Amino acid sequence: MFGKLSWSAIPLDQPIPLITSVVLILTILGVLGLVTAKGWWPYLWREWITSVDHKRIGIMYCLLGSVMLIRGFADAIMMRSQQALAINAPGYLPPEHYNQIFSAHGTIMIFFAAMPLVIGLMNFVTPLQLGVRDVAFPTLNSVSFWLTASGALLVNVSLFIGEFARTGWLPYPPLSEATYSPGVGVDYYLWAVQISGVGTLMTGINFVTTVLKMRCPGMTYLRMPMFCWTVLAASLLIVAVFPILTATLAMLSLDRYFGFHYFTNTAGGNPMMFVNLIWAWGHPEVYILVLPAFGIFSEIFSTFSGKPLFGYRSMVAATLFICIVAMMVWLHHFFTMGAGAAVNTAFGISTSIIAVGTGVKIYNWIFTMYGGRVRFSVPMLWSLGFIFTFVIGGMTGVLLAVPPADFLVHNSMFLVAHFHNVIVGGVVFGLFAGIDYWFPKAFGFRLHEGWGKAAFWFALVGFWVTFAPLYILGLQGMTRRLQHVNIEEWRPLLDLSLVGVGILIVGAVCQVVMLVVSILRRDELRDVTGDPWDGRSLEWATPSPAPFFNFAVMPNVQGEEAYWDIKLRAVESQQLSPEPRYEPIEMPVNSPVGFYTAFFATVTGFALIWQIWWLAGLGLAAAFAGFVVFAWRDVHEFHVPAEEVARVDRARRSAREALLERLGQQGAAT
Amino acid sequence: MARRAAVGLAAAGLGGCARGVLDPVGPVGADDSAIFFDALMVMLVIVIPTILLAFWMAWRYRASNPKAEYLPNWSYSGRIEAVVWSIPILTIMFIGGIIWIGSYRLDPFKPLPSKSPPLEVQVVALDWKWLFIYPQQGIATVNQLVVPAGTPVHFSITSASVFNVFFVPRLGSMIYAMPGMVSQLNLQADRPALLFGQSAQFSGDGFSDMQFQVRSVAPAEFQAWAQAARGAGPMLDPAAYAQLMRQSQRVSPVTYGGVDPQLFQAVATQAIGPGPGPQPENPSHSGREVSTGGRR
Amino acid sequence: MSDLGLPAAVETLRRVREDPHRLGHRGHGPDSPVEGAGHGATGPARKRIVVGYGFWIFLLSDIVMFACFFAAFAVLRGATAGGPTPRDVVELPRVGLETAALLLSSYTCGLSFAATNARSLLWTQVFLLVTGLLGLAFVGLELQEFISLAARGITPQRSAFLTGFFGLVGLHGLHVTVAGMWLATMMAQVQVKGFRREIVHRLICFNLFWHALDIVWIGIFTIVYLMGVTP
Repeated sequence: MFGKLSWSAIPLDQPIPLITSVVLILTILGVLGLVTAKGWWPYLWREWITSVDHKRIGIMYCLLGSVMLIRGFADAIMMRSQQALAINAPGYLPPEHYNQIFSAHGTIMIFFAAMPLVIGLMNFVTPLQLGVRDVAFPTLNSVSFWLTASGALLVNVSLFIGEFARTGWLPYPPLSEATYSPGVGVDYYLWAVQISGVGTLMTGINFVTTVLKMRCPGMTYLRMPMFCWTVLAASLLIVAVFPILTATLAMLSLDRYFGFHYFTNTAGGNPMMFVNLIWAWGHPEVYILVLPAFGIFSEIFSTFSGKPLFGYRSMVAATLFICIVAMMVWLHHFFTMGAGAAVNTAFGISTSIIAVGTGVKIYNWIFTMYGGRVRFSVPMLWSLGFIFTFVIGGMTGVLLAVPPADFLVHNSMFLVAHFHNVIVGGVVFGLFAGIDYWFPKAFGFRLHEGWGKAAFWFALVGFWVTFAPLYILGLQGMTRRLQHVNIEEWRPLLDLSLVGVGILIVGAVCQVVMLVVSILRRDELRDVTGDPWDGRSLEWATPSPAPFFNFAVMPNVQGEEAYWDIKLRAVESQQLSPEPRYEPIEMPVNSPVGFYTAFFATVTGFALIWQIWWLAGLGLAAAFAGFVVFAWRDVHEFHVPAEEVARVDRARRSAREALLERLGQQGAAT
Repeated sequence: MARRAAVGLAAAGLGGCARGVLDPVGPVGADDSAIFFDALMVMLVIVIPTILLAFWMAWRYRASNPKAEYLPNWSYSGRIEAVVWSIPILTIMFIGGIIWIGSYRLDPFKPLPSKSPPLEVQVVALDWKWLFIYPQQGIATVNQLVVPAGTPVHFSITSASVFNVFFVPRLGSMIYAMPGMVSQLNLQADRPALLFGQSAQFSGDGFSDMQFQVRSVAPAEFQAWAQAARGAGPMLDPAAYAQLMRQSQRVSPVTYGGVDPQLFQAVATQAIGPGPGPQPENPSHSGREVSTGGRR
Repeated sequence: MSDLGLPAAVETLRRVREDPHRLGHRGHGPDSPVEGAGHGATGPARKRIVVGYGFWIFLLSDIVMFACFFAAFAVLRGATAGGPTPRDVVELPRVGLETAALLLSSYTCGLSFAATNARSLLWTQVFLLVTGLLGLAFVGLELQEFISLAARGITPQRSAFLTGFFGLVGLHGLHVTVAGMWLATMMAQVQVKGFRREIVHRLICFNLFWHALDIVWIGIFTIVYLMGVTP
């Protein structure tokens, strides 16, 4: 009846997951209770859960990503403290628990923290920058989000029911095969990642179509903001490589569930094929994360230097160059499998060639500041911290691309330090910068500057105190994923690294405080004009928060920096462009289909994990029925009346006029 | 010379306990780390000025600096573009050369040049210990590798269960141990030393203790050790191997006085099936099967 | 489609002339940019182009997934583990019949869309039905093949080669099955709702999908079956 599921699946004998999950469940129940008590359900359902507005979906993605970032960070704290405590000692986490933690840390950070945050910003910003009202497929967008949430939910369910994978974030067979991992942990991994991966694939399709086919009049390719180019490159990579992930995980599932022999170490199965396939997805995945971050930095360097981006075309070229070469480097993850000198040489060189594209970008950002008026606001601090951190991370990356050097530090703490160096220094710093930068556009008020700066400095210092020792430990021969170490000499550096985690915790607390303080003092941080940073691209042409239809009248772009040109003209002529004729706007209607699909995806996934076949069948049938019902609806759009559009836009215009007047007075004074 | 200085500097930075990859005791490790430092130096030459330039640029053109001129429309310069593309390209061409030469010269499969014939060692990664077979000597050890100093050692490496990586940090290159495949590695210890080796690929619950002792001893001492071991102690017969394949953790070093000469071949071609994986001691633990694997 | 009140055929012809590939490609030419084609100069593309474009991108991703299974098959082809070889598995007559059914279904699928363009409900339905029946015949023959192989002990659990074989062929069969369910839904929709704009868009997508599955099958037929019997 219930497959493999029984009461013994609940870890009553293991206090740490038990207490964590009880606290988690109580928190969730508390939040749900609060929502019920306050009567917020109709609002949430109407305005968020069923919303197909790209901005709302983007915010929900970011919320999901932030919560998962904290969850992943908690895992990281446990890992670092376990290693610091377990020197010639067992520590406090037995291997079967510790192994789940590092597997969950990697899985959560990549799939459920970094990806949702990146996709969230992509969602929020791209249509605004392109001057359109939504993405190409708004309802599909909602489905994508909810599928990602479904995957995240499954990972967290594994804390309380059963176990998570004990195989690392990429479950290399044969270890992940049923023979060596008979528990449900790998199954949780497979279905959580599979479900969210489908969501990501649809996001990729959606954004390729959006960027290529949904741009406002005049927005030719070479007028698109840099961020949109990076979104296009990342989405192209998603479309090209996420199917590989789907296929690979499907093959591993067939092995585990039905005794197929894709990757087994018996009957001719080929585990190395998994390694090739998973990295053919896995390496481009890193660029899927980091390219949009590069786009964010491009926007920030230009805005906060008060200058156009230096070498825009060369930046576009570098982005697309990285996009293409990213798919030709995967073998550098296993130089040490003995592929031979010729293969290693080819992949080593192709890997280091990527550094050309990245290097060009770094210099272009630096020269964007040349001749500028650099304002050290929080987003800019993150960006400068990024250059410092990422350049060093890139350097160690090229070191690892040199096969003989990789022979010494492959799979070592040096490697761990390297990829945190680029992912934290590149992606996470970029995300924090982007969130700080676009927060006013989402909520209408800025984030508190002081706490933001504190968060930055603690994060930067904490990062280096945590990971610099790991570089050295790697050179001392310490491999990754050790549950305990037997070498006393490593103690000082492991302790130092733990101190770094402490600093990072302070930084994380600062972020939370920043958010709370900003909400409490939102009135004084209010962004009245909709253009808090003196921006240059179209999202700053809208009021803050942006109305659900984004633009009352679709902009007509005349130059390379769409909004900057409009602003210059207005300042020059001391008046806004004449009021346009407002017309009704057609917007897509809300749809519960995303939530519905994800609900049944979760049920089906859970049923498959525990091999409750009837429930899996039921879930699939219900999902299909849901699609048919959705396909049957007749109303796809509704009209926003012209008066409503006019009312919103006149409010925006009056705020801008006030700003213009102020600027004019300033101009007269000087 | 700069490199020697850098090695010394880095070694000093390791707090004097440099027993890692920066303190090699053999030619492979020495060459690997030399390449590591060559590449590092080449890049530092670029990276350090770049970081300084970034900070200087941000500081020089800060909004509060009235002395810096403001060029609000300056966004292109063909000369600078040419330079910023050529700096990384030239660096990478240089690194590419290092990669090319290094990959061929330090290919792990390539025999080491030496007057003395290499010692053959066959390595089998098991859950969770290392089996070393000395076919020329007809003996085998577990979790203990004894090699003669100054003699190249040719390792043939396979796995009888999951992926592992054979790694002796101070000897140099590591390589994967994979089921159904044989990878080769050539290493040499130049002087007698006591080293540690380990697995560098996570392989399950007992992974952390998958370490082994490496004793590099004088050739004569090695001969004496091998002769003493031969015929003494337990034999690695099929029954003993079947027992050895079962999962176990923290296995103390064992020396087998005799071994089937075809054993390695049989494991590598999977004529002997792979290790059985966890044997759940409590079948009711559904979904959370834990193998204690002799941990207690 | 016939928003302008023109007879459907005239409208169709006009559109075919205007946009032979139905993707607004004319905008690339020297002529002035086409309104609604999604090129930078003229603003967002029309819904039809967006839907078609997005679906093409999806098809590309699906092809990538098939490519992985093709690659796995190629890697594992020799790993027979002492079991059946490709020669033992292939039964060309049945596969020939399968191929004929599927290729014919692609033709009828194309006819159904011609009927859609002519706004003929009856012929659209007839040809969709024929397409579905041919698809069913294909899936039925494939199932029969799998069952007869299993009866001879040829199952994916036997060897890695058979894993690759059943995985690749089975994935395609699964696609055809899902496409068949989609087809049935589309027939019901066309019947109930007629040729509404979004229904026609879905029919376009369905057509693309069905033809794509055909192309994949050509690959399977060649690489798995024909190359399986040639020495």
